[in-house]
Amino acid sequence: MIAEAGLAALWLAASLALLQLALAAVGLAGGKSELLGAVRPVAVAQGVLTATAFALLIMLFLRSDMSVLLVATNSHSMKPWLYKFAGTWGNHEGSMLLWVTVMGVAGSAVALFERALRRETHMATLGGQAAISLGFYAFLLFASNPFARIDPPAPDGQGLNPLLQDPGLAFHPPTLYLGYVGLSVAFSFAVGALLTRQVDAAFARAMRPWVLGAWILLTLGITAGSYWAYYELGWGGWWFWDPVENASLMPWLAATALLHSVTVLATRDALRAWTVMLAVVAFSMSMVGTFLVRSGILTSVHAFAVDPERGTFILALLGIYIGGALALFGWRVGAVREGAPFELVSRETMLVVNNLLLSVILGLVLIGTLYPLLTEAFGHKVSVGAPYFDRIAGPVALALMIVMVLGPLTRWRRDRMREVSRRIAVPLIMAGLVFLALSAFAWGRIGILPFLGLVIALAVAVGSVAPLWKRNLRRTPLFTWGMVIAHLGCAVSLAGMACDSAFTVEKLVAARPGDTVETAGWTIRFKQILPIAGDNWTALQADMEASRGGGEPVLIHPQSRFFASPPTTTTEAALLTRWNGQLYVVLGQEADEGRWQLRIWWKPFVTLIWLGGFLIAVGGALALVGRERRGWLLKWRARRAVEAGA
Amino acid sequence: MRKLLIWLPLALFLGFFGLFASGLLRPDDRIINSKLVGKALPAFVLPAAASDRPPLASSELATGKPRLLNIFASWCVPCAAEAPQLLALRQAGVEIDAIAIRDARPDVDAFLKRYGNPYSRIGLDARSEVQIAMGSSGVPESFIIDGRGRIAYQHVGDIRQDDVPMILDRLRNAQ
Repeated sequence: MIAEAGLAALWLAASLALLQLALAAVGLAGGKSELLGAVRPVAVAQGVLTATAFALLIMLFLRSDMSVLLVATNSHSMKPWLYKFAGTWGNHEGSMLLWVTVMGVAGSAVALFERALRRETHMATLGGQAAISLGFYAFLLFASNPFARIDPPAPDGQGLNPLLQDPGLAFHPPTLYLGYVGLSVAFSFAVGALLTRQVDAAFARAMRPWVLGAWILLTLGITAGSYWAYYELGWGGWWFWDPVENASLMPWLAATALLHSVTVLATRDALRAWTVMLAVVAFSMSMVGTFLVRSGILTSVHAFAVDPERGTFILALLGIYIGGALALFGWRVGAVREGAPFELVSRETMLVVNNLLLSVILGLVLIGTLYPLLTEAFGHKVSVGAPYFDRIAGPVALALMIVMVLGPLTRWRRDRMREVSRRIAVPLIMAGLVFLALSAFAWGRIGILPFLGLVIALAVAVGSVAPLWKRNLRRTPLFTWGMVIAHLGCAVSLAGMACDSAFTVEKLVAARPGDTVETAGWTIRFKQILPIAGDNWTALQADMEASRGGGEPVLIHPQSRFFASPPTTTTEAALLTRWNGQLYVVLGQEADEGRWQLRIWWKPFVTLIWLGGFLIAVGGALALVGRERRGWLLKWRARRAVEAGA
Repeated sequence: MRKLLIWLPLALFLGFFGLFASGLLRPDDRIINSKLVGKALPAFVLPAAASDRPPLASSELATGKPRLLNIFASWCVPCAAEAPQLLALRQAGVEIDAIAIRDARPDVDAFLKRYGNPYSRIGLDARSEVQIAMGSSGVPESFIIDGRGRIAYQHVGDIRQDDVPMILDRLRNAQ
């Protein structure tokens, strides 16, 4: 019954989305404004229904209902409950249901909480959101039904891909999806504003919190995903430039650009058309990414179940939504007047450069990701790997970081070159010192990109806190703190990346129990190897003692895990975190004569990468809370003033 | 100029759309066929992969009678799925030899004990060198070797039940 109820909820939600679109369209175009009153309640009901369908699917997974095809093919009754729960979205149908749920819930949030937008634009936005949802409802109901039954029921399930059996699955995909799909709100805002031709500062102020919210979650999702891949895949790397990773990075790049341009639009009423374009591009990147990984036209280490028929369906959706939005843009944006002009030396210019550089990186990543597809169309097979992305996107990213030092220290509207140079003197001197120190100690031993990375990271770190200089810290607005912390996070993350590529020590040895391995100041004693059993796996576990500089030895246990269903082996790396880095030990295969392959890395300051990502998200959250609180306070004061006047 | 810029995104998108569509419409070519089909097997001598089967050398495959050469591994799941079909072929009188890829003797023994042993000889290709020389890119793959030691046919992926008559047919034709 639960599966049928879920399917019914999904059909109802889809019909409500159709109703929502029809009400908004007839209400706005037909001038029947009495219909518009119903749009918001319908949007809320639609969100509640999709959330219900999703909750019901979770229930089916928790109860291991093997009469449901999706549960039987992706779960197993012996799995721990956490993986039954998270397994709900560890597959194609479940994750697409999560997609429409996020879309429906985001739509109801816009219906409930959006107060700043003009009414017509608000209704057009909700209509747009319903229109996008409709396509994905159709995809779910006609091509990826998560509630399909099998008869007779399976005796037990086939299990979840063991690589996914990790607490990371409970956190990473939902956060990423909230961000990824949350960008649909910005897309709908842009479509709504193009339809009503109301692109101005008020529109930007209304759109900003939604962009910020999606961007924070996307940042967290990518950061968590990177750490998960780092410890689970056992390669010691934290970013692989895999198409699936690029699929999450591209919307993030577009959203980051959007976040900055929407601030220009909100503060100075400039960059109108550009901001609308970015809002369309950001969610388009989410959809393109989904298409790339679900259709299987690119090969990826993320082994999603691929299906060309589904690929065709998503491609059709891409054509309708992205093509439609861009056509609308071309048709309507001419009517959007140019915004306010600004001087060459100004914060606006810095933000334009920021946007251009982010767009260039986005373009380079997009080209690199699609290049294999392009050459294949001409009969050649190539693959584009990390060297391309590092070498091509790396320098542009470093240039972007330099602008990040300049931007916050430049005034809005008009500034003087001399003033700006005076303000950036301190970060510049600090960077110079790092440059000299590195030149003295590490010249020629580390690559040029990590070298520059370290220098620039310090400049950004100092430059990002510089806006607080000589300010009353308690009266500094929360959103300024947000910017400072987010930029500081970028510096921290960059420093981690540079340290990792500059100073990592890697050692591959074949060792017997009883042997001692020395590397990078660590002494690792390989004590024994033992079989152990977990909930639904067995493992060979190595017991080792690691100590550094004669310190207290710490026990570490790298494992090689075997899962029975489906039969797979995974490596569970042993990680030992210290303030100045991480020891990363992987137990490989048995070599010969009782020796085991061990892969050992010492990665100085590698944890800064994810700490930085987390700081960026925290900065975003502070900015969001700060802006919202300020708006709320202003309204409250205005109301009090009115009351006092009366 | 502004007009051109306004329509540029749509034009770019249409380009990408065409690219995606062409990518989807292109036939799936993940199967890589060996360039050696119709040519002689590369020469090799491999050590024994199982305790109760002799090792394998390329010279032993040119016996005047077509044979099946199966490339498998104990760690490969589709190979286990393929086992019943190989046993059926063996029962139909087909001589099957095998190369175990990146494997260890105890593992191969355990695999054969569990899934049955249709093989006459099994060679161990610990570093995939022979496999690569033969133009095989994965496991399982099966080659039909004609009586003179030439590759007559390459089957990529596991042999399904429906494939068995076709394999028997090709073995007969390779005579």
